[in-house]
Parts: sequence; C-alpha cells; structure tokens
Amino acid sequence: MLEKLLLNHYEAAAVILSGIGLTNLLLQRNLIKKIIGLNIMDTAVYLFLAAKGYVEGRAAPILIENGSGGWLNSSSIYVNPVPAGLVLTGIVVSVSVTAFALALTLKLYESYGTLNIDEALMKMTEEQKDIEARIDEAEEEVLA
Amino acid sequence: MNEELRAIWQTFFNWVMGIGPRPENEVIPPEPPPDLPFTQKPRDKYSRFHEATLKERYNQWLEIHGLHLFSVLYAGLSVLTCVVIVSLLLATVAELPPFGHERNPANNEVIRRYVEHGGHETGAQNIVAGLILDYRAFDTFGESAVLFTAAVSVLMLLGASRSNKPDDGESPLRHHHAFSKNDTILRGVATLSIPAILMMGCVVVINGHLSPGGGFSGGAILSTALILAANAYGFGRVHDFFSERTFIVSSSTALMIYALSKGYSFFTGANHIHSIIPKGTIGDILSGGLILPLNICVGLIVAGTLYGFYALFSEGDI
Amino acid sequence: MIGMFAYNIPFASIFVMMISAIITPLLPNRNRIPEKLSCFAVGFVGLMSAYLLYALTAGGQTQSFNFAMGHFPAPWGNELRAGPLEAVLSLVFCVAMLLSLTGNFSSTAEDIAPKRRNIFCVLVNLLTASLLALTYTNDLFTAYVFIEINTIAACAIVAVKESAETVRAALRYLVMSLVGSGLVMIAICLLYDLTGHLLMQNMHRAIGELVATKRYMMPLTVSLALITAGLAIKSALYPFASWLPDAHGSSTNASSAILSGLVLKGHIFTIIKIFYRVYGLDVIHVLRMDTVIFILGITAMIMGSVHALRQKNVKRMIAWSSVAQVGYIFMGVGLNTIAGIAAACLHIIVHACVKPMLFTAAGGLSNAAGHKKGLHALMGTFYVNIWAGLGLIAGACSMMGIPGFAGFASKLSLTLASFDHSTVVWALTALAASSVLNALYYVPAVIVVLTHNKDAQKNFTAPAPTMSYKVSMLIFLALNFYLGLFCVPLLRLITRGVNVL
Repeated sequence: MLEKLLLNHYEAAAVILSGIGLTNLLLQRNLIKKIIGLNIMDTAVYLFLAAKGYVEGRAAPILIENGSGGWLNSSSIYVNPVPAGLVLTGIVVSVSVTAFALALTLKLYESYGTLNIDEALMKMTEEQKDIEARIDEAEEEVLA
Repeated sequence: MNEELRAIWQTFFNWVMGIGPRPENEVIPPEPPPDLPFTQKPRDKYSRFHEATLKERYNQWLEIHGLHLFSVLYAGLSVLTCVVIVSLLLATVAELPPFGHERNPANNEVIRRYVEHGGHETGAQNIVAGLILDYRAFDTFGESAVLFTAAVSVLMLLGASRSNKPDDGESPLRHHHAFSKNDTILRGVATLSIPAILMMGCVVVINGHLSPGGGFSGGAILSTALILAANAYGFGRVHDFFSERTFIVSSSTALMIYALSKGYSFFTGANHIHSIIPKGTIGDILSGGLILPLNICVGLIVAGTLYGFYALFSEGDI
Repeated sequence: MIGMFAYNIPFASIFVMMISAIITPLLPNRNRIPEKLSCFAVGFVGLMSAYLLYALTAGGQTQSFNFAMGHFPAPWGNELRAGPLEAVLSLVFCVAMLLSLTGNFSSTAEDIAPKRRNIFCVLVNLLTASLLALTYTNDLFTAYVFIEINTIAACAIVAVKESAETVRAALRYLVMSLVGSGLVMIAICLLYDLTGHLLMQNMHRAIGELVATKRYMMPLTVSLALITAGLAIKSALYPFASWLPDAHGSSTNASSAILSGLVLKGHIFTIIKIFYRVYGLDVIHVLRMDTVIFILGITAMIMGSVHALRQKNVKRMIAWSSVAQVGYIFMGVGLNTIAGIAAACLHIIVHACVKPMLFTAAGGLSNAAGHKKGLHALMGTFYVNIWAGLGLIAGACSMMGIPGFAGFASKLSLTLASFDHSTVVWALTALAASSVLNALYYVPAVIVVLTHNKDAQKNFTAPAPTMSYKVSMLIFLALNFYLGLFCVPLLRLITRGVNVL
C-alpha cells in the first residue's frame, strides 16, 4: 500500500489536506477558521483534480503550431483537459460560497458580538428561555 | 453474605442520594404532626442529613471543569475524525489508477475528441476554453449563476443593512482607513500601475481562447485595479463611476447576454438547426465562435462582483 | 415521436427561470412587480411541465428522451434527460412553489423589508431553476454546480428575514451544507477518475464493468458512501438534521414552505437518480448502501417525531416533522426495489404538497394570534382564520395517515412496497410507531387550535385572510384530497417513470 501511495503521492497529499479541511469545517468553533477549513478542502480537491489530469510527458492542452500553418492535434501530445475545466468551475463556486459565508459571519458578529457559533447559540438559548418563560406566563394567565 | 451486600448497597445508595451518616450527638426531633400532607414527610427526613446528591455534585463539578473538558473532548474528537477520514481516503487513493499513466480510465474517447477535433469544432486554440465554453457550456453557465447568486446574496446581507443605520455612526467594525487619504506613495504607484493592470486584465480576457486565462482570471485582475483605485483615491471616487446601480445593471446585462447567446446555441444544437455563428480561423483573435464574447461577459461579471465583495465587506456599500 | 415543442420544454423551463432571475434586479421595485413576475414565471413553467407530462405519456406509452445542451452529442457535451417521473416532479415543484409564494404573499410583505424583497424574488427564481436543473440533468458535474446554487440560494432565503436568529440559523445551515457539498465534490472526482465520464449512463456502464470484474471496489464504496452522506446532510436525514429546525423554524413563512417542501426534495431526488442511474440498484445492493439508508430512514422516522413532540413553537414542530417525513422517503429508497422507489417518489410529491400547506396554515394562525408562535398562543385561532385552521387540520390528518388524505396514499404504498422485502417487520413496525408519534403531536395542536378561547379571541386583531391566501389554501386542500383519493393512477404513472429512469 505504501508504494502505491508513493506512486499516487499528489493524490495522497490532496486527500490528507482535504481531510484536514473537512475536520476544520466540521469541528472548529470559530467561524473564520471554519471557512478557512472549507477553502483548504476545496483547494485540496483542485490539487487532486490537477493530479488526475496529468499524463506523463505531455504538454498543456493549448494547440501548438506544427510549423507549416497547421496545428498539432494528436491526442498523445496533450494532457487531459477535463479536470482543468472542472477546477475552473470549482474555483468560482468556492469564491462565491466563501464570500457568502463571510457575509453571514459578519452579520452574526454584528448581532451577537462573537465569531463562535456555540457562543451565539448559548446567547440565543438564553434569549429563547426568556421568551419561553414569557410564553409560559402568558399561558398561565390564559388558563387562569 | 446477603447482609453485607445489602449494607454495601445501602452505603452506595446513600452516597448517590446524598444522605450522610447520622451524627452521634444528634437530637432526633419529634415526629411531625400527622396532619401534614403525606408527600412532605420523606423529604424532611432526607433533608436533615443532606450532603449533596450525586447529580448536584456532578453539576458542581461540571460548572468548574465542564468548559475545559468540553474543549478537550472537542479537540480529541477533531483529531479522531480527521484521522479516520484521512486514513479512509488514503486507503482509497492507494487503490486508484496510478498517477500520470496514459492508460488510465480518464484518458478515453471523450478526451480524444476534445483534443483531436476541439480545434475545428470550437475554433479555440485553448482546448480548455473550448471545453468549458462550448462542449460543457451548461456547467459554466451554472457557474456564472453561482457567482451571481452569491453577489446578490452578499448585497442583500451587507448592502441593505447600511441604509438602516444612522449616517453619522461610523461602524467600528468596518471602515479601516489604514491607508490615509493622501498617501503620496500609494497614489503615485497606483497611478502608474492601474493602467498596466487594466491592460493586463483586458489581454487575459480577450486572449482567453488562445492562451491560458479567460473571463474569470482576467476579471479577477481587472477587479484588483478597481480595488487599488478605491484604496488610493477613496471609495467615493470609484463610486462616481461604479455605484451599486451600475454594479447590478452591468452584472445582470452581462449575464443576460451570456444566457441569451448560450441559449441560442443550446437551442440550435439540440434541434439540429445550423448555427449562424462563425467559428473563425484557429489562432486569430476573432475566432472561437461565442467564446470571445462570453469571456468578455464573464470578465465584466467577475470584475464587478469581486470589487463589489471588497467594497461591501470594507465599507458596507458599493 | 415527441413533438418539437415538448422536446424543448426541459431546457426552456430552466432558461425561463434563469432569465427571470437575471432580469428581476433590473425591474422597478414597486407594486410588488418582481414577485408577480416570479409567480408568473413559475406558473408558466408549471404549465409547460404539465404539457410535457401529457406528451410523454399520451396514448398509454411511456417515453423518455435526452436533450443535448449544444452541438455535441452525449459523452462530449452536457445533456438533459426527461421522462414521466421528471415531468411529474417538476410539475409538482412548480405548483408547490407557486402556492407557497401566493399563499404567503402578505406575510412576505410583513417579514421582508421592501429593499430585500426584490432580491428574495431573484433567489426564489434561482432556487426554482436549480431544482428544475437537478430534476432534469443527466450529468453529475452539472448536478454539483446546481446543488451549489441551491445551497447558496436556500441559505439566503433563510437570512432574508432580518433578525439575529435567522442569520445564525442560515450560518448553521450553510456550514452543514458546505460539508455536504465538499463530500459530494470529492466523490465526483473519485468517480471521474474511476470511470472517465461525468455523464450518468456512461458512468453506469463503466461502473457495471468495474463491479463485474471486481476492480476498484474500495474506491467505489468510498465514493458511494461520500456522495450519499453529502446529499443526506443536505436533505436532512436524521443524524445530520440538526440544522433543519432552526433554519425552517425561524425564517419567513414562504421560505419555510419552500425549504421544507422543495429544497429537501431536490436533493433526495438527486440521490435517487444517482442510485438508480449512476450505480444501479444491484450495485447499491452489493455495496450494502441500501441497508444503511433503510436503517437511517427508520431512525429518522422515529427520532424526528420524538423531537417534534418536545417543541413548543408550532413552526419548529412542523420542521421536526419534516425530518420524520424525510425518513419515510429514505426508507422507501432503502427498500431498493422499483416499488420502493416509486413509493418514495409518491411520498416526495405528497410531502411537497402537504408541508407548504402546513407552514402556510401555521403562518396564518400565528398571524391571527398576533405573531405569536407558541403552540398555546394559538388557542382558538381556528375561528379567526378558518382557512388556515382547515389547512392545519387537513395537513395534520395527512401526516398521521388518515384515509382520504394525501399522507395515507403514500404510507399505504410504502407499506405495500415493503411486503416484497425481507425487512418487512421492521418497516411495518416503524411505520406504525411513527404514525402514532405523529398523532401524538399533531392531535394536541389541532385541539388547541379548535378550543374556544373567549378572552384571547378579543385580542386577536389580525386582518381577515386575503383573497390570495384563501385561493391558495383552497388549492392546497383540493390537492390534498386529490392525492389521498385518486393516488392509484399517479402511482402507476410514477412506476412507469421509474421503470424508464
């Protein structure tokens, strides 16, 4: 297994990074760190895709002139262009999602004064308890 | 034996319920009057020797150590999850087709057509540009829609909040005027470099079908020129020619042109109608069919959106 | 063969919604023009879907077709695919979306600032476009891109109502959704590496060869597990559903209705498509994913209801009930038979019609009680807003599975589907237990609403329900009874659709 991992070392690095990113996204309590985790994971996926597109000894997929006015278009010259296209799409998606997440984080900070989603939850539940207490009171009044 | 077990159980039970040993010199109070409600009696009996029940002790302990324990647990859980996920994925990767091998499943007839016929079928020298803007254009249209969605959502979240606030209150959170308004060096460098950056951005956008680059990368470069201008001359100066309304109108119009032209090409393609769009000669600037106009549209959207993000985050307004 | 007009409908539906989303920011923001445009566009797409359904099933035959997006055929270009099942689902999505918008027309105006209402419409249009694209797409990567549009738009329509609570709920939803998208993306990369395709039927063929020769089994299993987990998080399968009650309970009524009724369903249908069209049911069985889904579905059926029992806020209660209903759908998928998947699809349709009705009704009732959401504050509101009261009662009956209401039809077909399966005892026990639990929290809610309460009723100063509210509720009720009484032709239609999926 180890030698196979060494052979696929780019992919191995990519999955280690994406594991780190995913864990950060799941378990960090600071939202900015969560978003950084998201970006690590996305970037790792791009590394994975780039590694998957590579073929030993071939050139980037931009047609080369053959010297007599034509183009070299044999498929044995160029690497796989599909992963490059997927990465381009993925980058835009990641930028969009990051911006949106940061905007929500900014709003959260303005409302609760914290970047920690658990602290926000605690403040929230305290408020909720107040509300519930008020509901209970109202209920008792109604019953009485 | 049974007696001993019972005694041990009794001690344990007392410990859990918080009933301490009876003090030697205790004066047992007289029995409560019998007319008291039935439910109160046992409680009085216990409370006399009350120490602390297990639950209370646990809560007390939790109050002191809970937060620390929680964070340790969290960290442990994080590491555990990370290790599990990574080892699972590593085991997967070890079985994947080998890196860089030309007979991997991904190098199949799909790729062959992209490379061998991509040139004359799309007219683009850059195979990736032909791939994302012609062969798989629907994905790329979706991608622009993602950016549009995010731009609209961020504008909703951050843009609208500004108008509710009183104008005098400079929000302490935003407004970091680290660059003073009259920084000579910044202004000088900006004056020199902004034209160069703009030109670079335009080159990357316009040559998207010939060389690496395209609408997204070129648009990102263009947006840096706008951001630099905003920092050197103040947001007000940029606002004169790029306001929120300009932002919305330019993004929507560019995306609309994108949608309509691509819609035309999808419609003609699916119904086997001949498309009137010429492919041009490979390698010329005016080639690649719709790829050049689409790249310009995407460039405009991206430049506007990225500058819009920057302005919204730092100023709360475009 | 199929006519030229019907052939272009899948593409036209997506593009009509996209273009109305793009044009909305340019519209004048008065007289609620953007919202009217959204309603009009959704209604138009609904009509087109109905015609497509008619064209695909006319004359007793079942047709399906592929639609190449551009000048290049299948493995090179993107493709859409339409069959009866896709047409039915997009019709139901459009109807439910339209009714959620019109039914909550007045509460949207109260909850959302005028400046944001324009953007709310953009997001609703994008959400509809992404749901239609997820329904029709035949390409896994296109599905990923539209899942992302769906995620951002869904989180944004939670946060569109301006309050601290919605921002927190939207963030929580977003973080969970992003974990899901990340897993889906990794899985798609693995699958691309193993098969060399992104198009569903080509992937299916390649996976079939791999499984037949027992190659790459470990990566295949991992990719299936990742993609299922990712989409299960987004469709709120029980252990991953903690974000749902916050998001659905705190947002404005229209958003809650859309999120519960439609957004979850888009992701569930994507899972069904991936199981059926990418891996194939036999491969799913070989890789044991059907058992996992079945167990998780049963757990969700019970636990969703148990959580719902403990809620005091009526919208949160309905939101937790969604978790239980998602469990029903996953149980059907986990049966891993055509009958099971057809029953799951029927439940998708039933829930897409009933849950928006419940949210609209709950919104109307709490509006009648002066914007209080506590269950006890709703005492006697039935007599203030009868339409909302009727909606709540019909929805509750449907969720409990009373014969004649929509929920009964889908529960019955789930039960019948489970008879072919070895785990029939478990399925029946869970169905029975979950129905009893549903009754345990819906019946008290109905009783509270029906109880006369003279003192509080004097304080209710809500305006009478508007015309659009009454009409929407009437259509909701009619749909509910239609699905409950005449589900057999629909189920037959779905089964035909699943057969050609």
